[in-house]
Amino acid sequence: MSDPVLSVRNLVTQFETRAGIVTAVDDVSFDVGPGEVLGLVGESGSGKTITGFSILGLIDKPGRIAGGQIVLNGQDLRQLSPPDLHKLRGDRVAMIFQDPMMTLNPVLRIDTQMIETIRAHRDVSKARAREMAIEALGLVGIPSPAERVRTYPHEMSGGMRQRVVIAIALMLEPDLIIADEPTTALDVTIQSQILSEMQKLLAERQTALIWVTHDLTVVAGLAHRVAVMYAGKIVEQGPVDALLDHPAHPYTQGLIASIPSSVPRGQRLVPIKGMTPSLINLPKGCAFAPRCPKTSDQCLSARPEQENLGSARTLRCFHPSEVSS
Amino acid sequence: MLAYLIRRFGQAFLVMAVMAAIVFFGLYAVGNPVDLLINPEADLAEQEETIRRLGLDKPVHVQFGYFLGGLTQGDLGTSFVHNRPALELILSRLPATLELAFLGILLAVILGIPLGMIAGLKPDAPYSKVIMTGSVIGFSTPNFWQGLMLIMLFAVFLGWLPAGGRGETVDLFGIPVSFLTWDGLGHLILPAINVAIFKMSLVIRLTRAGASEVALQDYVKYARARGLSPARVLGVHILKNIMIPVVTVLGLETGNVIAFAVVTETVFAWPGIGKLLIDSIGLLDRPVVVAYLMLTVFLFVMINLVVDIAYSILDPRVRVKRGKS
Ligand SMILES: Nc1ncnc2c1ncn2[C@@H]1O[C@H](COP(=O)(O)OP(=O)(O)O)[C@@H](O)[C@H]1O
Ligand code: SF4
Ligand SMILES: [Mg+2]
Repeated sequence: MSDPVLSVRNLVTQFETRAGIVTAVDDVSFDVGPGEVLGLVGESGSGKTITGFSILGLIDKPGRIAGGQIVLNGQDLRQLSPPDLHKLRGDRVAMIFQDPMMTLNPVLRIDTQMIETIRAHRDVSKARAREMAIEALGLVGIPSPAERVRTYPHEMSGGMRQRVVIAIALMLEPDLIIADEPTTALDVTIQSQILSEMQKLLAERQTALIWVTHDLTVVAGLAHRVAVMYAGKIVEQGPVDALLDHPAHPYTQGLIASIPSSVPRGQRLVPIKGMTPSLINLPKGCAFAPRCPKTSDQCLSARPEQENLGSARTLRCFHPSEVSS
Repeated sequence: MLAYLIRRFGQAFLVMAVMAAIVFFGLYAVGNPVDLLINPEADLAEQEETIRRLGLDKPVHVQFGYFLGGLTQGDLGTSFVHNRPALELILSRLPATLELAFLGILLAVILGIPLGMIAGLKPDAPYSKVIMTGSVIGFSTPNFWQGLMLIMLFAVFLGWLPAGGRGETVDLFGIPVSFLTWDGLGHLILPAINVAIFKMSLVIRLTRAGASEVALQDYVKYARARGLSPARVLGVHILKNIMIPVVTVLGLETGNVIAFAVVTETVFAWPGIGKLLIDSIGLLDRPVVVAYLMLTVFLFVMINLVVDIAYSILDPRVRVKRGKS
């Protein structure tokens, strides 16, 4: 495999709250290669968004990146000066936010927001930037982009706004796009349409993609690799087919068992019992122990470290299922 | 738009008419100006002559009828005291008040918005605490006391600026103004600061509340994620959203300053309409008081209109709603 576009090592991101320190991202490591799609999966609150913000250096007080490396094209982003980081954001790494309704500034027209992005990174005239913006909107399937570009966000539907945000992400041909549950707010048909269009564009350009979602079914059709997050940690990762067909971690198994299509007709779905733990005062042992069917004394007293299982799989569990390889 | 303007002016004239009637009969009930106006030494014939000249010998409803008749010809009556048309009297004093009001508001805006932004975006910094303490003091101490303190400090103690009066004026398009001569400007500064302090405290609070709220919005983080410079995020994305409440309140405050600059004008012996009003009430000079109030209502309506227009320029969502209603 060629050198990874992004290589995250032992990333730790914490928030200092009145109730105590919240470790939202805890010892997270993964790589994404050119043209590769990494699905980052986990329940709400597991640290997916904060992982994305950490990569972009967008963690605000009371949060901070407490450790680890974030290496983009061989360059450690944590060592960059703020101006260098500004140059990189939106240009080499683009992020698509979770909620298309809240992402675009409501008092600025679409063209203003697209042109300012282009001109922050490219030395082009306003007229040229406008052409580029219109071109990008056309590419993501927005009809009559030259007129639509002059409207305000509230004059567009949610699906259209999400396309605008995707167009902005693609516009400067970044090396990496972080897409944070970009389609969950949309209805299913639009969702799959946007997904497949995006997939095509990215493959053509060899852009790396981190696709954040809580929905395993979306990941199955899109990602090359999957990383499963639980309580700030990646508990299992590997190639999509291997991981979905032979999940080793009890949490991954639970996620798969709770997908409607994974269970033969007539058989009951098995939701994972219990709730996502509060990240303050996590138990001493494995964070999943209170909900895990395999909990042992060891699970309650020690935290499982990350192991390499070979064939690009990693795992954090004392009692994994056998992985046939 | 035309229908909207007609409606607005219709409302304004209704309010002005009701207001005029209430004040007209109210002042009639308070007392008879004749007692204050007529030289008690004068003989009876002379007294009756004056009463007839002022129209005060007629029953009040007849006097009101004359007043309405005059209104249709644009005549708001003649001052009992000055023997000049009331409107002319007020208009001759208006430039002084407008000059004072606008400079005061201008100072409040150009100082208040940056200070409020600082306090809102860096709430824990020591200088933010200083700003907020200052704004509490500016907000809660009486206006006349602030004026006296300004005079004490800058006029009496330091001797830098004059304590009262309008100073030298020059004509600008036929209107006398102070701010274009050094002497006039010197006279204008202290009263303008006196007007500005309270408004500035208000602007600081509004801006701070807006900034701390807007800074947390997704679209601000997204603007940063696109690599925009901090100056652009602050000066465009945050500021434009804050301006909506600030403009609304400031518009109303501008009306207030013009209508109720009484305190400042009295403390600094500034020859504006506020001082004229106080003198006229004291002498029961009914035509001046009525004309003053009608003019004030008119100014309020005009300012509200300007605010509304500014509002729809700042917030595109308002435009749409109005279009629909
Ligand atoms: N500003 C903050 N202050 C304190 N804790 C935070 C803050 N932002 C996020 N967190 C914590 O980080 C955890 C992970 O959040 P997030 O990454 O948004 O989850 P996900 O995207 O997987 O739903 C949350 O459970 C929350 O406890
Ligand atoms: S370490 Fe123990 S508790 Fe944690 S997931 Fe594995 S088996 Fe379950
Ligand atoms: Mg999230």
